[in-house]
Amino acid sequence: MTQQDYKGLMVIAEQKDGTIHPVAFELLGKARKLVEKDPQEIMALVLGPESLNTKALIERGADKVFHVAGEIFNHPDELICKENIIPLLREIKPAIVLIGATTFGRSLAPRLAAALDTGLTADCTDLQIDEDGKLVQIRPAFTENILAHIKTKTFPQMATIRYREFSRPDPDPEKKGEIIIREPSVKEQNRVEVLEKIAREEINIAEAEVVVAGGRGVKNAGDFARLKELAQVLGGTIGASRDVVDAGFISKAHQVGYSGHRVKPRLYIACGISGAPQHKAGMKESETIIAINTDPSAPIFSIADIGIVGDWYEVIPRLLEIFKEKTD
Amino acid sequence: MQIIVLIKQVPEMDRVKFDSEKGVIDRKSAGVEINPFDLNALETAVQIKEKVGGEIIALTMGPPRAEKTLREAIARGADRGILLSDGKFAGADTRSTSFTLAHAIKKIGPFDLVIAGEMTVDGDTAQVGPQTAEYLDIPHISYVTCLDEITALSLTVTCNIWDGSYRKRLHLPGLITVTKDINFPRLPELKNKMRAREVEIPRWDFSTLSDVLSPEDTGLKGSPTQVKKITIPPPVERKGQVFSAEEMEKALAAIEKICREKQISGGQS
Ligand SMILES: Cc1cc2nc3c(=O)[nH]c(=O)nc-3n(C[C@H](O)[C@H](O)[C@H](O)COP(=O)(O)OP(=O)(O)OC[C@H]3O[C@@H](n4cnc5c(N)ncnc54)[C@H](O)[C@@H]3O)c2cc1C
Ligand SMILES: Nc1ncnc2c1ncn2[C@@H]1O[C@H](COP(=O)(O)O)[C@@H](O)[C@H]1O
Repeated sequence: MTQQDYKGLMVIAEQKDGTIHPVAFELLGKARKLVEKDPQEIMALVLGPESLNTKALIERGADKVFHVAGEIFNHPDELICKENIIPLLREIKPAIVLIGATTFGRSLAPRLAAALDTGLTADCTDLQIDEDGKLVQIRPAFTENILAHIKTKTFPQMATIRYREFSRPDPDPEKKGEIIIREPSVKEQNRVEVLEKIAREEINIAEAEVVVAGGRGVKNAGDFARLKELAQVLGGTIGASRDVVDAGFISKAHQVGYSGHRVKPRLYIACGISGAPQHKAGMKESETIIAINTDPSAPIFSIADIGIVGDWYEVIPRLLEIFKEKTD
Repeated sequence: MQIIVLIKQVPEMDRVKFDSEKGVIDRKSAGVEINPFDLNALETAVQIKEKVGGEIIALTMGPPRAEKTLREAIARGADRGILLSDGKFAGADTRSTSFTLAHAIKKIGPFDLVIAGEMTVDGDTAQVGPQTAEYLDIPHISYVTCLDEITALSLTVTCNIWDGSYRKRLHLPGLITVTKDINFPRLPELKNKMRAREVEIPRWDFSTLSDVLSPEDTGLKGSPTQVKKITIPPPVERKGQVFSAEEMEKALAAIEKICREKQISGGQS
């Protein structure tokens, strides 16, 4: 097989409870930009219930949608997805396959790549098409210190792409496209059983618009409550550095950074966080960063829009006053 | 239960110096250690062995000095270690790494469970676990945060997937990748430390696997992805106003202003 046998760009969309994950829309938007110069067909593939709004994928840029319809996709089951995706990829032979780097995407994509015995680049933050029509996959490495530009010599060229890296295109209700519905080719697998969803406090820090974060400058679990109050007033969530998560002040779900969550809120307020590279890796792309730290040499100040060299215990109550007034 | 733990030796990421002009890390500036997530993988294996018995084999692919990693794994509870080391394995991407690991695992013999870390701190792909599972044609569960039930035939676990936690059952043989939340790795025990120092670590080179692997399958040659270029990300442009504690009122006014500009206000989300 050569490059000529593979055509078009395929976005594998993730769905949960009948809703398509927005990272798919971001990828379709990026795909449209990638093929601007040298037009190629943009396809989307989604596995989910019949009721799924697949038209949304057309409106965001897909020319063709393959919808494998069935209730069997109502659970996070990578194996059943893989079994159904592989025959389709072998049949359609897209040149490029893009998948959102969600937990599900990062678990499914390597299985798909290995099944097709092709390369896979993880967690890309940018994509380009070079003069030979090949995909250049750009990803941060070594705690975001460098960007590696990677090409794949096998086909399809596969990559997972971070959520919220690309802007979400507005839906175009006029956009035309074809929706092809398929029956699942494999209806069951018996090697992994999905038993139940475990109810727990759902915090989705990766999608929060405002994050008020605390580090070792926050002395105990109780003091986090003060940050929480401000976060609530701002309609946001609390974040934390790894050290305070390790100290048990707050759950891992709130950890921001390299080994925690990557966030990109409109406002990030860092209280008592020094700004280690591993922490910055998770938040430096926030739209606005406010840092409060008693140490004027703390590295966090170098990426802050506004820094206050001071005690957060004094600053936060003042901010609270200001924003509370606004809501009243 | 026959358990294989995948372990990688990585640079000490919190000490390593970085040459931002050349875009490379200065590997001499820091030592090497076991990838922190792989300590959780090993601890998981030790806990399973304590419950149902069995044998733990630590497997690593790396340069000859990675042997030290296997000795540490033995000190921390592995029964034995196998080092995959050959110039022909060097320069491997995740495809080539998992392909080689999968064939080495088959060569080791029958197994019940393979455990990997969620990701490595230097590669940071989280791909090697699931890719190895596919090449072995066994099921996998990623991001395991808790072991709920262990029998000779299956493992019931809690894992992070979609945007929540799910309980899943893995029918063996299978593979799991574990997160940091799953346990607190214990320290090496004295009696294991002594054994770790003396035990012989078999080193498998390409010829050991040449009946199942061709040179095109391993190392740089077996890697479909190739780094073409390294660039340094441009620094993020920030307003960068820093106020002292005495200038609190000014600082608050600046914060109010920026929030007004960006339309961030109380109660809104
Ligand atoms: C492989 C690896 C992965 C990692 N992953 C992550 C990750 O995902 N996320 C993460 O955060 N870290 C991560 N780390 C850890 C990281 O290197 C730092 O250790 C950590 O971010 C530091 O947390 P901190 O800023 O809260 O603590 P410190 O560095 O101790 O900083 C505390 C700061 O608070 C200030 N302070 C103290 N009191 C006050 C006060 N009253 N008011 C205002 N300021 C005050 C101090 O001046 C100081 O600057 C990782 C490390 C490694 C090796
Ligand atoms: N060279 C290697 N030798 C053994 N195990 C590895 C190697 N590289 C990766 N692994 C395993 O795969 C996991 C994920 O690695 P990565 O895909 O590089 O993020 C690690 O936590 C290890 O368990």
